[in-house]
Amino acid sequence: MTNVATNNEQLLRDFILENYLFTDDQSKLNNADSFLDTGILDSMGILELIYFLDEELSIKVEPNEMIPTNLDSINNLLAFIEKKQA
Amino acid sequence: MCGIAGIIRTSPNSTNSIAKSILGEMADQIIHRGPDESGIYCDEIVGFSHRRLSIIDLSSGQQPMFSPSRDISLVFNGEIFNYIELRDDLIKKGHQFITQSDTEVIIHLYQEYGLDFVQYLNGQFAIALWDSRQKRFVLVRDRVGICPLYYTNENGQLIFASEIKALKPALANGLTLCKETLDQIFTFWAPVSPNTIFENVFEVSPGQMLVIENGQLNSHKYWDWQFSQDDYLQSSESQQAEELHDLLIDATKIRLRADVPVGAYLSGGLDSSVLVAMIHHYGGVPLRTFSLNFSEAGFDEKSYQSSLIQHLQADHSHLMVKTEDIAQNFKQTIYQTETPILRTAPVPMGMLSSLVRQNDFKVVLTGEGADEVLGGYDIFKEAKVRQFWAVNANSSFRPLLLKKLYPYLTLPDSGQGTYLKRFFGEALEQPDDICFSHLPRWTTTAKAKRFYSQELSAELSGKSKDVMLRSLPEALKQMHPFNRAQYIESKSLMAGYLLTSQGDRMLAKNSVEGRFPFLDHRVIEFANKIPPKYKMKGLNEKNLLKKAMAKYLPAEIIDRHKQPYRAPDMKAMTGDYLGEELRHHLSVSEIEKNGLFDGSKVKFLMKKADSGKALSIPESQALVGILSTQVIIDQFI
Repeated sequence: MTNVATNNEQLLRDFILENYLFTDDQSKLNNADSFLDTGILDSMGILELIYFLDEELSIKVEPNEMIPTNLDSINNLLAFIEKKQA
Repeated sequence: MCGIAGIIRTSPNSTNSIAKSILGEMADQIIHRGPDESGIYCDEIVGFSHRRLSIIDLSSGQQPMFSPSRDISLVFNGEIFNYIELRDDLIKKGHQFITQSDTEVIIHLYQEYGLDFVQYLNGQFAIALWDSRQKRFVLVRDRVGICPLYYTNENGQLIFASEIKALKPALANGLTLCKETLDQIFTFWAPVSPNTIFENVFEVSPGQMLVIENGQLNSHKYWDWQFSQDDYLQSSESQQAEELHDLLIDATKIRLRADVPVGAYLSGGLDSSVLVAMIHHYGGVPLRTFSLNFSEAGFDEKSYQSSLIQHLQADHSHLMVKTEDIAQNFKQTIYQTETPILRTAPVPMGMLSSLVRQNDFKVVLTGEGADEVLGGYDIFKEAKVRQFWAVNANSSFRPLLLKKLYPYLTLPDSGQGTYLKRFFGEALEQPDDICFSHLPRWTTTAKAKRFYSQELSAELSGKSKDVMLRSLPEALKQMHPFNRAQYIESKSLMAGYLLTSQGDRMLAKNSVEGRFPFLDHRVIEFANKIPPKYKMKGLNEKNLLKKAMAKYLPAEIIDRHKQPYRAPDMKAMTGDYLGEELRHHLSVSEIEKNGLFDGSKVKFLMKKADSGKALSIPESQALVGILSTQVIIDQFI
């Protein structure tokens, strides 16, 4: 994994942990955890995540990309970001 | 609106005597409910105390009141709006009256009809009656829950009062918090009746009568919201609109009966506008209105208020609520709600009643209840759309109706509907669940439970929904889904929150009485027979009310999209607005001291809120819920 990818991973993990799990305990979030199945994100949370991707990582999410395959876990997000930055 | 309190010895073995001084202390706790006069009665078996807000028969309506032979004594909070007609009927039957008050009518009604007396009352009431001849004690509350009434049992005594704080002087061991009720509030916004946030303290449920006779306590429901598809009216829509029109006018007119001036709340929405128009056209009294305005534009309805005031030439006062007012008035609001709340909306309502009182008014009419009775809430519409969607849960076309419901809705969606289904398709697979209409709200609210401490989570039974289900009648299963939603809404949110935390308590704190024409039981009983298709035509809410009242109102009021009453929760509870005192209640040390919530998670919640990031609905509800629970513990435990 490159440094950029590692930074992205930590950035995303911290964003989810602090804002939706209300903790800094890294053990509370696995990269494979589904945001939908675990109830981590609601409709506003998804919108905030999309905003976060735009603001922090300059990733623009198009309407047809708003699907769980791209957005529903840290792993899915990292793969999506990699694809967008390729 | 008055305040009542008292004690009855329920066990012959009880050695506790009833002290007048305790009765006096109980009444002192609720002096705000009735600052005009006070009265105490005490014998070996019962003790009554009363605080009076004088509204009808100012000179001779003092309480406790007795029958001429003094075998019946009574304290009463509320109003009997049909007391004039009842009095005339009783006089024809040979009864003789000493006063002009509605209180005396209740005593004579009881003498005439026994326990059935309550069926004759059209009003809002909490009554305690002692029949020394029959050794019978009665506690009864109005049909829908306008007037509060609480009780507890301790050492062979039943102790009752209009507010829980008035029970305290009579309790040997004070109050303790009921964690199961806290979990109900963090699911349904309010306790499931008859529970309260305090252990072993219960409310007399709306429409319930408690009778103690020969040491036995019996309870029965004398009235309930009843819906039967067999009873739906067969008349035309316009005939039903006409009948509703006439009923509402009468319900309003009898609620203007008072020996003091009567005003009205005007929000700018349909219900209060209808009400104000009825007073203007049929009330025979000067039109005096009161409104709230908000410094935050998204919450303000001033343009609609102005339109109606101009249309009806009302004498109007308004109060501008600033964001900082919410936190500044929060603690005193919670002292009155006596229960945790999840929204700050009661705070401005308390400020509004203060404006009423400053203008020397003691009584206001409000439009509360219209949404429940006549089908106005978005939750009814949403359930209708979800029912339509549930017919084909995989349809991407059917849920598009949600856009009509929430025009401002911006949903992350690719067109595949995954997120749409996840966030709005709650329970689509269970359209026959009797709580189908309310499952999305309850699921959303329950997300605030993520802030529970581990200890609290482990201790709770997790059976709040079961408690709610057990409180619902079997008949619910046979009701039309629209009526089911109405029933649940009326019994849970309306009775448990809107009429109490946001209603009676916020009025009574400033010695103001609210009156609710849409909750006249004749209006409810009629409306329950209106077929749902006329209440909500397509997604047009309160269709029949609009049809009945359109002639009195400007088109912009009739046609406006419904805006629920809200206060600026999030902004008011963060940053500099929150203030040091409230922030202290949310500190990790204070949170951990009480042990109900997770101090670390609350710290991150506050960090998020203070950063200016928008909080989601469950997060905002959690913040207000946690803070109000902390304040309750500080003030009452």
